[in-house]
Amino acid sequence: MNHLPILPILIPSLAGILMLLPPIADRLAIQRYLSWFSLALLLGLCFQLVFQVDTETQIYLLGGWQPPFGILLLADRLSVTLVTLTVFLAFCASLYGSAHEETTGRFFYPLFMFQVMGINGAFLTGDIFNLFVFFEILLIASYALLVHGGGKEKTKASFHYITLNLLGSAFFLVALGTIYGTMGTLNMADLSAKVSLLQPESVAIAKAGALLLLLVFGLKSAMLPLQFWLTKTYSAAAAPVAALFAIMTKVGLYSIYRVFGGIFGDNGGELANIATPWIWPLAIATLVFGMLGALAAPSLRLLTSNIVVMSVGTLLLTFVMNEGQSLSAGLYYLVHSTVAAAALFLLADQISVQRGNAQDRFVVSRPMQQAGMIGALYFISAIAVIGLPPLSGFVAKALVLQSAQIASEQIWVWSAVLISSLLALIAFSRAGTSLFWHLSGSKPGTEKAKPVQLVAIILLLLVTPMWTVFAGPITGYMHRAADDITHSNQLILQVISDQEAIDHDSH
Amino acid sequence: MELIFALCVGILTSCGVYLTLRGSTFSVVVGLTLLSYAINLFLFASGRLALNSAPILNEATQYTDPLPQALVLTAIVIGFAMTAFAVILAMRARADLGNDHVDGNPPDAEQSAPQKEAS
Repeated sequence: MNHLPILPILIPSLAGILMLLPPIADRLAIQRYLSWFSLALLLGLCFQLVFQVDTETQIYLLGGWQPPFGILLLADRLSVTLVTLTVFLAFCASLYGSAHEETTGRFFYPLFMFQVMGINGAFLTGDIFNLFVFFEILLIASYALLVHGGGKEKTKASFHYITLNLLGSAFFLVALGTIYGTMGTLNMADLSAKVSLLQPESVAIAKAGALLLLLVFGLKSAMLPLQFWLTKTYSAAAAPVAALFAIMTKVGLYSIYRVFGGIFGDNGGELANIATPWIWPLAIATLVFGMLGALAAPSLRLLTSNIVVMSVGTLLLTFVMNEGQSLSAGLYYLVHSTVAAAALFLLADQISVQRGNAQDRFVVSRPMQQAGMIGALYFISAIAVIGLPPLSGFVAKALVLQSAQIASEQIWVWSAVLISSLLALIAFSRAGTSLFWHLSGSKPGTEKAKPVQLVAIILLLLVTPMWTVFAGPITGYMHRAADDITHSNQLILQVISDQEAIDHDSH
Repeated sequence: MELIFALCVGILTSCGVYLTLRGSTFSVVVGLTLLSYAINLFLFASGRLALNSAPILNEATQYTDPLPQALVLTAIVIGFAMTAFAVILAMRARADLGNDHVDGNPPDAEQSAPQKEAS
């Protein structure tokens, strides 16, 4: 059996545990190099996995237990793409964190590792209860990372965040209980087969369970009425933590893809596409709300948090529009927007350090020590986020617009995406003007960015031109990845039916 | 039995929701705990309620579904860890912010503060 699919969970978990053991627990330098080494190693393995799953989807049966009773990991193009993105973000964020944040509190690197383990597990698992368990792992690590460094703002933000997420977990369990009670399985592929065989009397109950899941995933991915926690939480978090959190909303989105695309998708019988009528208006509302928030934001961190909300709205749109055929454009946009938002969070921290008391608020302040360098990086990331040519934001938005082919949808999608881009342009120009040009004339401060911090930001921003240059092969890959949602379920069902045939013969 | 069970889950849930919506962190934590008890009972019932049946498929003629019990066990452990963390955070918020309101500043204090300045 190929053991590559489990390594994205195993390596961070082992590295995290190692860092807590006595000889290493007190030595920050060893922890730092261990985390760099394990994430770099993992990144290499992930790239190998990206190419491997393009030829053959990997289904990893944990302990050799047969599905649907055993838990399985599913490494297909979709999940591996997101795992690679997570590891890359984590690598850059831990590079950045090694300059300052590692010393502001204990256990920075171990928590980081457990967070990566939870996110990777949530992407890879093929069992919906296991998804819950990995959600909890990533959440408890994120709670601790959020308060890392201390301070009133963080404590305030994290109590709301924790309460909301504990409620979310409670709803998740209710939904799982309802779904297990009506369909008798928790394996996602098995669920996709069982959903069309539901008894008429239990359809309504299963529907309630499914929509509860939409509520939970909507909370995680910051869909409109459930997104109020996001801006406060993300802007309060330490910069490398916020950069890693940029992937967390995508965990919710990924779960929506798997559950409402794979299980309650086109083949869902009476429950086919139940989430679509809900997601449509909410996606557009999320986009509009994020756009208004971006215009009103008083600081770069809040602006970036609202950009994250906007990208969630766009991603939800690509999931439902064009009868689900435009998801590949969405996946292209997903990677681009996550990386760009992470880079902006790191830049906001740099700007805030170099401007002294003004921090990253849009007010008059002293000039920055490295205004040229930081300004150039800000310019690049703003162009990427807004969606101006030649960077990947432009290609991503063009793909999204192009894939809206039904006339009645076109008017909504085009107007929402184009107006939001225009307003983002206004918000970012205003922000840049006040951050870099509204100066009080006094001398610049002495704080300078450490080389490792600049390397982290530049690494993140390098993805954007790469994403444009290789747009052709990447869109092809994303197209196959979008098909994987239904395709992988069929592969797992094949494994289940093969096993049943073997069992049948041996009796 | 079903009625009693359902009533238990319902009462626990409503108490939990009521307490979670209160303003002080202690009630919120207790509310979340009650809610997680209700959820655990609910999850347990998803394998159907059965009397005198073992969760093992052996020579017993009557058996019950073992999976919900495994799920509940996992949920209890996770819920316990999360509650512990929430309690610690609530205590830290009390120390950092000087009050135990969930927003960090109780509405009474905001109203009374300007009056003090005026007097």
